[in-house]
Amino acid sequence: MPWILPVLIVVFWWGSVEIGMFAAFQLPPPPVVLDAAIALWRRGLLQVDILATIGRVLTGFVIGASLAVVLGTLTGLLRRAEDALEPTLQALRTVPTLAWAPLLLLWEGIDEPPKITLVAIGAFFPVYVNLVAGIRGVDRKLVEVARVYNLTSLQTARRVILPASLPSLITGLRLGMTQAWLFVVVAEFFGSSSGLGFRLTDSQQSSRVDLMFVALVALTILGKLFDMVIRAVEERALRWRDTIGSAKAS
Amino acid sequence: MSTPLHLDGIRKRYGDTPVLAGIDVDVNASEIVALVGPSGCGKSTLLRLIAGLDVDYEGHISVGEREVRGPDAAVGVVFQEPRLFPWLRLTDNVAFGLPDRGGSHAQELVRETLGVVGLASFARALPKQLSGGMAQRAALARALVTEPQVLLLDEPFSSLDAFTRMRLQDHLLAAWARYRPTLLLVTHDLDEAVYLADRVVLLSDRPSRVADVLRVAPDRPRDRRDPTLLGLRVALLEALHLERSDLVNA
Repeated sequence: MPWILPVLIVVFWWGSVEIGMFAAFQLPPPPVVLDAAIALWRRGLLQVDILATIGRVLTGFVIGASLAVVLGTLTGLLRRAEDALEPTLQALRTVPTLAWAPLLLLWEGIDEPPKITLVAIGAFFPVYVNLVAGIRGVDRKLVEVARVYNLTSLQTARRVILPASLPSLITGLRLGMTQAWLFVVVAEFFGSSSGLGFRLTDSQQSSRVDLMFVALVALTILGKLFDMVIRAVEERALRWRDTIGSAKAS
Repeated sequence: MSTPLHLDGIRKRYGDTPVLAGIDVDVNASEIVALVGPSGCGKSTLLRLIAGLDVDYEGHISVGEREVRGPDAAVGVVFQEPRLFPWLRLTDNVAFGLPDRGGSHAQELVRETLGVVGLASFARALPKQLSGGMAQRAALARALVTEPQVLLLDEPFSSLDAFTRMRLQDHLLAAWARYRPTLLLVTHDLDEAVYLADRVVLLSDRPSRVADVLRVAPDRPRDRRDPTLLGLRVALLEALHLERSDLVNA
């Protein structure tokens, strides 16, 4: 079942070029794209692009998500941290994240740091927002059980509140990963010499539509693979969940 | 080990509304006392005060000679809902309140308590795999495993069907016979009150006081069809100012 739609898309893609709906220079048919991918791989460039992009996504994601977990836990649990951080973070969240790009280039030069920072910003907010919402949404009745046993605030956080907000955290991580892939492409548009985003703009300037498609398909496949990994982690970590979504797992 | 529970002049108000207008109740060591009264009379509020979940009251609560205010290791609670932690297996849920949860002694205690409530073979189960009655038995085990001197139960079987409820009442009596805690039970089920309790304390409507105390013959096991118990039930109903027609319908 999950393969039907992708197969249909490829069939439609191929068919529409064959019947002349699109010109081949606008929409190269799948075999042409495949040939371009193989040629790029033989020149050793596709591997470099893929690894560069994955490296940026992972580094930026780890930095952004870690920061979000620390700050989200603090604002979720501590009134004072909430008062100090929440208004600022909410304001920063309204800045369209792409608007950071020119500023980051100015501050950090054109090397790796601005790209990784942009990815980190992209990953940060979904994780932060979901974690805080998860902590706020923990069932008061479970917290009361901890109170009956005279647990300290720290013990209550560790043994009740954080495990109870794990589903929201994982949702945040998934969305954060999606954002990271989105932002890495934009980051690579500016001042890059490698990466799938660079390949996209570079091919556009040299009118290599086939290579643009190679980059797009690679991004799609990689994004999907990373999402599958997080889903697998989710399924393992949340086996205890009793919801419609988890019904088939149990 | 068991200790009497003393409630001395307990007064409680929510804002300007008095809820408890001076409650004096003494529960002897290892005695079972049922607390009944019209709905909204503050039975559950009183239990929350003894459990230490609300310390905003006048009067004194003591376990033996020692006054308690706030959560106390000598007082265990079973809530209306099981309130199990969905991410913990049954053993870990039951061990939740034990100081040395991981230790072999704790594991032994947990195993034994699960046996007392008839859940020995479900030690590794997750809460989502349990029926309502089993979950409430697990909650009972969690409260018993720390061997509290006083055990509080807040309408613990009210969400269960009649058959399961009767079975759980017998589980409770078996557990009580094993651990001999001083037991205070809030219930709206008069059959349950006369079947389980040594004494039934009747609270008046809000602001509530002790309106009446009925003594049940101390012999156990009891027969639910025993005419004396039925007579007590009628006496309770009359004390609750219910109409005779309600008796027929109930």
